[in-house]
Amino acid sequence: MSDALFEYLCRMGDNTLVLGHRISEWCGVAPVLEEDIALANTALDLIGQTQLWLGLAGEVEGKGRDADQLAFHRDVWDFRNLLLVEQPNGDFGRTMMRQFLFDGWHLAQLKGLMTSSNDQIAAIAEKSVKEVTYHLERATDTVIGLGDGTEESHKRMQDALDRLYPFVGEMFIADAVDQAMVSDGIAPDPSTLRPDYDAMLDAVLAEATLQKPTDDFAHKGGKSGARHTEHLGHMLTQMQWLQRAYPDATW
Amino acid sequence: MVTEKPSLETVWSWLSAVPDPEIPVISLTDLGIIRDVQWRGDTLEVTVTPTYSGCPATRIINLDIETALRAKGIEKLSLKRQLSPAWTTDWLTDTGKARLEEYGIAPPQPAGGPQHCPRCKSTQVEKISQFGSTPCKAQWRCQSCLEPFDYFKCI
Repeated sequence: MSDALFEYLCRMGDNTLVLGHRISEWCGVAPVLEEDIALANTALDLIGQTQLWLGLAGEVEGKGRDADQLAFHRDVWDFRNLLLVEQPNGDFGRTMMRQFLFDGWHLAQLKGLMTSSNDQIAAIAEKSVKEVTYHLERATDTVIGLGDGTEESHKRMQDALDRLYPFVGEMFIADAVDQAMVSDGIAPDPSTLRPDYDAMLDAVLAEATLQKPTDDFAHKGGKSGARHTEHLGHMLTQMQWLQRAYPDATW
Repeated sequence: MVTEKPSLETVWSWLSAVPDPEIPVISLTDLGIIRDVQWRGDTLEVTVTPTYSGCPATRIINLDIETALRAKGIEKLSLKRQLSPAWTTDWLTDTGKARLEEYGIAPPQPAGGPQHCPRCKSTQVEKISQFGSTPCKAQWRCQSCLEPFDYFKCI
């Protein structure tokens, strides 16, 4: 049971860690100042949430690992994030499409966790919901603005959606870890979140004049750790560089 | 040696003199992040809730609380982090809100946007971005005096 809980908390924390790192790659190079600041702030929220999730994961595991050790001393096969969040940024449109697809799931998931039987999880979710509500609001506005924008921006957003949509399915597929969380009243069954997500997606995409791909094929293997895409390893060489070169270095 | 413990009221008044590190016109008690102060035996326990989970000021705030209380002679001190109930801008005091506005930051409004431009008081304002120079703020612009300004987000 505590193994499943540890896995589950790593999934939550690795999602926010990997996406937080990905969007921090935009810091200083985003298309306009406001977007640069917004992406950096979103990254900051996600990294803050990571400290809470991975901190709790370390406590549950009981082997003396803290959030930093989990973030910087694990290699790619130990990461439990969704494949979606490790995908490279691409252009600004693709970054915002990835954010929108993730935020919609993230907010629904966190709202479900607010009534978790585990008080610490419920408290982290309660805190995070407020932040993620802003993330989703902004990502939605941007997807609509760029999708229903110029010919060029529309094309880029459609390309981004076509490319990222095969990674949406993984967010809603329940496995043994999810089943264990459901039976202990810790977390919602992810498959139950899909209908509302689809309705939200359809409404936003219609307003953004974008077409949802008809093929529902889903890449899997991120949250189970079975098979990450090649991109995560490359990202970790950047993110973990300092701790790999100088193990246990501190400020 | 017998030392008298300062009353909780006195401790609260000390804390109300500690400024927020990012927005120094308001104090930590104005911000509403000090949730509780208690004596546990001879240890003073201060319960603090973060504004945003990734706010880098959180660590500085803890350090500032510790420094301020140590300077008043508190030797045994414990800082407790509390996540729930999550911080809300409803906990900003009226004094805090007034000071924010004087400083040029529009205070949070339940309607979700600033009431008026903190400089010229025009109600013709528009949102530039949901995010601003710190996690707790958004960027807005006044359409009358054309000045951009920070809005303290309502959460």
